Amino acid sequence: MPFTSPSVDDVLAGLTDRFGNLDASVYRGQARVVVPADLSFDALAWLKERGFDLLVDVTCVDYLEYRDATHRYGLVYLLASTTTNQRLTVRVFVDDPDPTVRSVVPLWAGANWLEREVWDLFGIRFTGHPDLRRLVMPEEFTAHPLRKDYPLQGRGERHNFPVITRDHS
Amino acid sequence: MAVIPSGSGGRIELPENVVVSRLDSLANWCRKNSLWPMPFATACCGIELMATGAAKHDLARFGAEVFRFSPRQCDLMIVAGRVVMKMLPVLQRIWQQMHEPKWCISMGACASTGGVFDTYAVVQGIDRFIPVDMYVPGCPPRPEQLIQAIIDLQDKIQREGTITGREFDTVGRQLRKRSLVEITGHATIDASRNPVLQRELAAAAEAIASRT
Repeated sequence: MPFTSPSVDDVLAGLTDRFGNLDASVYRGQARVVVPADLSFDALAWLKERGFDLLVDVTCVDYLEYRDATHRYGLVYLLASTTTNQRLTVRVFVDDPDPTVRSVVPLWAGANWLEREVWDLFGIRFTGHPDLRRLVMPEEFTAHPLRKDYPLQGRGERHNFPVITRDHS
Repeated sequence: MAVIPSGSGGRIELPENVVVSRLDSLANWCRKNSLWPMPFATACCGIELMATGAAKHDLARFGAEVFRFSPRQCDLMIVAGRVVMKMLPVLQRIWQQMHEPKWCISMGACASTGGVFDTYAVVQGIDRFIPVDMYVPGCPPRPEQLIQAIIDLQDKIQREGTITGREFDTVGRQLRKRSLVEITGHATIDASRNPVLQRELAAAAEAIASRT
């Protein structure tokens, strides 16, 4: 029998009590809730106190070419509770220009590199992050490659290096 | 008793334990049979490289037993796996740290052409930035293919090597050839006994080098 995590209805109820009407839904046993960007830190702090002590991942989706999109960037926070086995997905939508969100590094130390990766690949700035710099791309790289308007083959950065021939070496 | 002709038209008899050869051939034979690989394994081809060095497909049979991980002690760099743009300066630095004579095998599709990864981060072939002697196709190549590449590289060293490494002076050779063609109109000439022609060729080579 496949493992199903316990229901998070009580958590969602508490969340809507505290923060007002939030868009929450459950699909095939996986619960997600949409939080406005200005409330994101408070909501995540509340959830951490509620028992979601494990931040599984922070990632982002670029809805630039999506048919029914309302905002451009959808941040995804995957939370889990090691005590009650509950899992919850928190979505935070931000927009161009200057997409900014408060950093959750004070809550979960593991968010340090996760947010650095989102900054590197999508360009979402996390205010309050202790060390926001590129993680996977080289430091001199200027673009944010996982955005939808960045071409797959890049803009020539991958071949911008000196050539070493037999005589130099 | 072996007999060889001597310079003045006579014959020299050699005892049976004496071999006469060119110094280049001897040096090539020594170098090709003790290629020490520098494994630059970045990805999946590295696993196949390890398998090639393991017991079943034994690379030690061909002299390439000693996988030294220091470039100062190696003469064959095997680039196994895709090289990303962040790794390329490291690859160039390791290549420059190796002593001459040195050769490079580009193992696998990713090192040769970028493989399936035509993306913003993967270099589409390390031969754009490093001189490569042998390419091994495959994803990953079987150990037998890598062994065949090493055997082919050994043949290349035996055929084209010199004890002083003159075959690596590619720009110099090109300049000398171009100057030769410009002055004499021929592609090959024997200037070894003609110092005047040698001086003219050297001057023409310098002129071409300063032009380009």
